[in-house]
Order: sequence, then C-alpha cells, then structure tokens
Amino acid sequence: MPEQRILLRRHLGVDFTKLDNYLKHGGFQMWKRVMELGPDGVIAEVKTSGLRGRGGAGFPTGVKWGFLPKDGRTRYLVVNADEGEPGTFKDRYFLEEDPFRQLEGILYSAYAIGAHVCYIYIRGEYWNSKAVTDDAIQQLYKAGWLGKNIQGSGFDLDVYVHSGAGAYICGEETALIESIEGKPGMPRLKPPFPANFGVFGMPTIVNNTETLAAVPVILEMGPEQWSALGSPRNGGTKLMGVSGHVKKPGLFEVPMGTPMREIIYELGGGVLDDKEILAVIPGGSSCPFLTKDEIDVPMDFDALKGVGSMLGTACITVIAEGTDLIKVMCRVAKFYQHESCGQCTPCRQGTGWIHAICQKLDSGAAGPEAIDLLIDACNQIDGNTICAHGEAAAWPIRSICKKFRPQLEAAIRARTAA
Amino acid sequence: MAAHEMDHDTQSPHEDLSFSSATQAKITELLTRYPRKQGALIPTLFLAQDEFGWLKPGTMELVAHTLELPVTTVLATAMFYTMLYKTPHGRFHIQICTNVSCFLLGADDLVAAAREVLGIAPGETSADGLFTLEQVQCLCACERAPTLQINKKDYFNVTPTKMREILADMQKEGARLGPSVGWPGHAHVGQSHGGHSHA
Repeated sequence: MPEQRILLRRHLGVDFTKLDNYLKHGGFQMWKRVMELGPDGVIAEVKTSGLRGRGGAGFPTGVKWGFLPKDGRTRYLVVNADEGEPGTFKDRYFLEEDPFRQLEGILYSAYAIGAHVCYIYIRGEYWNSKAVTDDAIQQLYKAGWLGKNIQGSGFDLDVYVHSGAGAYICGEETALIESIEGKPGMPRLKPPFPANFGVFGMPTIVNNTETLAAVPVILEMGPEQWSALGSPRNGGTKLMGVSGHVKKPGLFEVPMGTPMREIIYELGGGVLDDKEILAVIPGGSSCPFLTKDEIDVPMDFDALKGVGSMLGTACITVIAEGTDLIKVMCRVAKFYQHESCGQCTPCRQGTGWIHAICQKLDSGAAGPEAIDLLIDACNQIDGNTICAHGEAAAWPIRSICKKFRPQLEAAIRARTAA
Repeated sequence: MAAHEMDHDTQSPHEDLSFSSATQAKITELLTRYPRKQGALIPTLFLAQDEFGWLKPGTMELVAHTLELPVTTVLATAMFYTMLYKTPHGRFHIQICTNVSCFLLGADDLVAAAREVLGIAPGETSADGLFTLEQVQCLCACERAPTLQINKKDYFNVTPTKMREILADMQKEGARLGPSVGWPGHAHVGQSHGGHSHA
C-alpha cells in the first residue's frame, strides 16, 4: 500500500474538531520549538524542507516568505482555502475534519513572517467548512492559542474566516486579495507582488490550506526527514484524490512521486466495470489531459510538467473508455467561460468562443475542421491574459484536441452522420 | 449601535429598511476585523441576504449607508458574485453540480429528475416562490459525486430516486413554510431560508 498517513487521520476515528482531542494527539507541541527557533529559524526550517505550495503552483513556500520587504509595514497572512478547481476535494478535509492542523500551521507561519492578522478565505459554498473552522478559531481564542499574548509569549494573532461568494477566479491570489477588500475578484497586474503590495496595500503572504497544514509536521519530523519522504525537489507527503470512473473514489495521503497508476488502481480500486482508461486529468480540470499510456508518471510537480501537464491539486479524475469526450469538453469549456472575470479580452471572448465551438461539435453542426479552430482559439488566449485563467481554459481543451483527435473525429462523424 | 441609530435619521435613503439589532451587532463586530470598511462588504451583503432574502436595490443602499460606501461600490461587488442574489430566489435553492466528475456519474439524470418533479428548467424559480433550480460548477466533493447543495446543506452520492425523495420532503416543508423571505408579496418576518439555514 503506497499510503503514508501523517496529515490525513480519518482512520483514527477521532473527532479532531475538538481542541482537546487535537491536543491529545500531539497538537501544538511544536510551539516551544518555534519560540526557540525564532522567526528566522522557522523560515529556515521551511526553506530546508523544500515545501512547495500545495494549491497547485508548487512555488517554494520558504522562498515566498523571504520576499517580504523589511520595511516595518503591517504584514498579513492570507490563507487560500478557495477550493474550487473542478475535480478537487482536499482542503475540505482540513477545513471540516481537522481544522486545528491548518490553524496550528497558521500560528507558526504568522509568527515566522511577523503577521498579526490572518484571513482564511474559504469558498462561499463551503458552509460546513466555514462553520467548523470558525468554531475551531473560537476554541483557540478561549484556550489562549489566539488573541493577545499567546501562551504568554508576547505574540498576538487574530484569525478570521472570510467567505468567498461564488467566484472560482478568487482562487487566484490577487483576485482573492481584491475579494477580501470587498471588491470584484479581478486579478491584479503583477508586479507589484502580494509580498510587497497585498491585502489593503500591505505586505502579504498567501498560502494554501494544505501548505500551512504541513508546517507543524515539518517542524515535528525535521525538514530533511520530511523532505526525504517525497521525490527529489518534491519533498514530503501530499493529499491526493481520485474521482470519476473508479471503483473506490477517495482522498489519500501518499509520498510525492507516487506513480499515478498506483493511486488509480491500488487506492482507487481501478476503473468502474474494469473498463480501460480513456483519459485522466491529473489535478483539476485546468491541467492538460493525459492518455492511458501516460499514467505511470510520478505524481509530483516536475514529473507532471515533464509530460506536458501539471500536478495541480493532485486530485485525479479518471474518464473511462466509451465516454463522449465532446461532452466532457463542453463541461470544461463552459466552466472556464462562466468563471472568467471578464477583464482581459482574450479570456472573456475566447472562453466564450471555445464553449460555442464545443457546443456546435456536440450538436453536430460542426465538422472535424472545428478541432483546428479550437486549437487556434486556445493559442490566441494562451499567454495573453493578466492571470493564469486563460491558460487554465486553453490548455485542457488543446490537450484533448491534440491527444484525442481520432476519438473526437469518431464522435463528430457519429453526430454528423445521424 | 451608532450606525443603527443612523437608520432612523431622516436623511437616510432607506427609511423603510433597517437591519435587526442582532445583524447590526454582527456588522459592528465585522468592522473590527478589517482596516477599511469595504473589507466588511461581502460578509455584510451575506448578512443582508440572510435577513431580507435577496439584495434588492434598497437593501444595497442600506448596506452602502451602513458601511459608508458609495452605492455604486456595493453594486459593483454584488454584481460580480453568483452567491449574492440580485433577484428573488425560491425558499429552496437546488444547486446541482454538473461539472466533470458529477457529469461522469450521472448528474444530468438528477437535473432531469428535478425538472420533472418541479416543472421548472435550470435557472428558473417556481411561481410559488418555493424552488429555484440551478446547475452549478464543481462543489469539490467529487469523491462523493454526484453532489448537490440545497441552501446551505450538501448532499452526496445522490441518485435520481434520492433526488425525488429529497424534493418530495421539501415540497411538504415548503407547503408549510410558504415562499422565501423577500419573495414579492410575502411579508418580511426577519428570518432567512427554511430548515437548512445555519444559526
């Protein structure tokens, strides 16, 4: 079994939404060590671990923390818990079932970067996540783990849940910042980067929920030991999921670099009805699709990039043979059209065109030449927008057009012949 | 409480509307969380929606007045976010995920079942103000697909049969409760949604 459970503790059957239970299982034991290390020491440990952002981009967390200017301005820690990437269901685990893990990571990280206010931006539809996390925060205030002079240390930290309101784009960190400020979630031009000009114009670090949850574990195990669990340059374990056409869909924790095949066939129980795989999305629908011949790829940032895709959120979607890829394309295209914020023309218009072409293919009103039109439209968006939403819209569609052309052509023939 | 007293100011553009004292207290607390009042805008719009059912223009004016923001600022933000309702919604907001993982496992059958039971298409609200049906984007519980959300509650591994049962229960509950708060012609009673609203 490739599972290695450190963060994911469902199997213990403990109610980790209660602070007492969390403390009994080792919670907040690294506080003393954090005090001994001091802010720079904590940052050094995280740098040594090589922890890379678990939101999907994989940027080294310690390096990001190092970008904060030392100019005495108020600093903020912002948590990106705007889980919305289609196919993803990992941060929900922390928010609903083990909320203190993230909050412990927030405490240590805020101390390290010198932030005294933290906003946890949770997607609006996650009503239960918001309620559970908010309750956990109140428990911590009562127990002296948040607020003024935490555990007599002289360090102050306030943590607030800030709800999203139904906009996928707010997962983009500068759109998220705009949203906290009460504005429409339109990504900002960069530079300046959030480390210099973030929320309310102040230096801000935005980290994903799972990234922060890993911080206490890194301190506990030691950065080298934690890092050695994963593959080179891709340290540690990671929550990975599998959904779609599999027998046992679920969320698992495995070392980085675990082959995708093992997650699909061993942990996920294999494909429904023992069918062959048609296509796989590695980590949310903005990742280019893979064919069944590519699933031996190790699940880490670099290996997935090596096969022309992305690790993304590492929640895999399996699509079995016999599935109509034109219909899948329609769903993917509709999503990115719906969620485009509208400020860049290539994205606002292009996502609409892509969806319209997909619909034409679906209704039998377009022939195989529309595949090239789709690729052309994707090329016009790619690289021409303020944020990565344009690429997120273009890459998966282009990958389907290029890698699954015979299947698409067969599906088109079946429609136009009818 | 100063802001609450301002509601009774004759200068106020929204004399017919004011927040309950409980909501006003929540807004006062929210304002301590952000260095600028606009930071409290989205949470305040949610509170306003809970209290009045949806964000009609007068409600947005009330929010603008309470947070001392231009009405256009409030409108621009409210318009951007799908969970902030600019039109009256039914008491039960049926939101079925039809994105990839749910689609692969039969979400379209749930939409068909809901259409059949409710007699409305996605995007529509029933004339009695009880149901709004919508296809929504990924709710991120894909390992328990197909999923849907009704008001603030999630439903996982839903089958068409289960869908019909859920809707039948809500039809009964709806007959008892009547349309949503804020439904045109329905008296405002200061309490939001049905049995699925949080405290």
